[in-house]
Amino acid sequence: MNVIEASGLGKRYGSTWALRECTLAIPAGHVAALVGPNGAGKTTLLNLAVGLAAPTAGSVTVLGGRPAGSPAALDGIAFVAQDAPLYKNLSAADMLHLTRNLNRRFDQRYAQARLGELGVPLKQKAGQLSGGQQAQLALTLALARRPRLLVLDEPMAMLDPLARHDFMATVMAAVAGDGVSVVLSSHVLAELERVADYLILLSRGSVQVAGEVDDLLACHRVLTGPAAEAARCAERLCVVHARRGGAQAHLLVRTNGTTDPVPSRWEAHPVSLEELTLAYLREPGAAALPGPARAGDAKPAEVN
Amino acid sequence: MTIDKPVNGAASGGAGASPPGAHGGGDRGTPPPGSASPIEFRLDHASGVPTYLQLVQQVEHALRLGYLTPGDQLPKVRDVVASLAINPNTVLKAYRELDTKGLAAGRPGQGTFVRATLSQVALPELAGLRRSLLGWLADADAAGLDGDGIVAVFASVLREFRDRRGGSGDRRGAAGGETKGVA
Repeated sequence: MNVIEASGLGKRYGSTWALRECTLAIPAGHVAALVGPNGAGKTTLLNLAVGLAAPTAGSVTVLGGRPAGSPAALDGIAFVAQDAPLYKNLSAADMLHLTRNLNRRFDQRYAQARLGELGVPLKQKAGQLSGGQQAQLALTLALARRPRLLVLDEPMAMLDPLARHDFMATVMAAVAGDGVSVVLSSHVLAELERVADYLILLSRGSVQVAGEVDDLLACHRVLTGPAAEAARCAERLCVVHARRGGAQAHLLVRTNGTTDPVPSRWEAHPVSLEELTLAYLREPGAAALPGPARAGDAKPAEVN
Repeated sequence: MTIDKPVNGAASGGAGASPPGAHGGGDRGTPPPGSASPIEFRLDHASGVPTYLQLVQQVEHALRLGYLTPGDQLPKVRDVVASLAINPNTVLKAYRELDTKGLAAGRPGQGTFVRATLSQVALPELAGLRRSLLGWLADADAAGLDGDGIVAVFASVLREFRDRRGGSGDRRGAAGGETKGVA
């Protein structure tokens, strides 16, 4: 099952396309990271997927073909928008009460236990809680709906390192405990390395890279060798990004298999997710898209 | 530090039900509440070693030093995830790897348990070996070798020793790196 599936999806604001020709399929059972420069269309894509915006072109479905924004789709999705959206003048307890009454399904016991563990004071106004507590409150309200897909837009942007860690620990515990699928957008690459097992890189409104992190890392490597031979090397290899010094060059290359021979006088190193992501962000023209596992794939992926 | 872990065959009855102190002894202290495993994982983000491999290596290390013995429970996926904020699939991958290596096995509904040991010698013997190594270390120190020098000498002699035996050293040790044995 795909938790988000988009086909030729586009959104235009005035004369500007925030997202265009976006085709992707995010399989269930993953923590998928949506990465891309500012203005790449991350928030637009997420808003379309959760039904907060209507597409100008194409279509998007969630949770195995339910049209985005339909009651069936909304039932299974929880969304936390940027900057922990809360009614700042309501107390945490009132936010709980409100969310419980606005939703068909709400796990009050989970929410209260979780906020207790976190030490969030229920009587305090949401706006007076610390940034970390506000984020945790918004996340707890979302998880208490017991969603099958949790969508997070830049959840860590405003948080200090400890709050980030605790926030992601809550998300990961929900993944481990309930098997909830997660799609999150973020700029914090180092953080993503630990949590994401699926990567989608958006650039200029379309998908540049998509795939399971392990697969992506396995089919990329860095070759280090003499700069004089770099150009000749690049002719035969699929170079994503090259960095050249006077004598030495580093080529981040995409290989077709793990058995590709390393040119003599060159050394091969594995890449990290951060390195890989940065290389593609610097080269908007390069792409790494999977052949299979695209929209409409027939694989009955039993990931849970 | 001393390794005086009691042989804990009874732990297979379910670590959650084991009496307090069943995992105790030595300098390991009382496990934190909710944790049924004798070990806790940590992560070194700067090491460049993939996260799942760090978990695998820490289990192997604990097995070599006797912190873990057959029947012991590995930390529950949920607990690891909550304390390290990492993807549960990463923990599952590490546990699968340990399963493949024959070191641990999952029990449905209970968790993952240690199945084999990596310490090739019994604990009293290991204590004797440590004592004799301490004697050698004192000599090396007296001769003016610093820590790095000692590790270098040890690693090089170990390599020589293995070469002479025709490379029939322990294959599992390859994942641990040379310096693990002297920690």
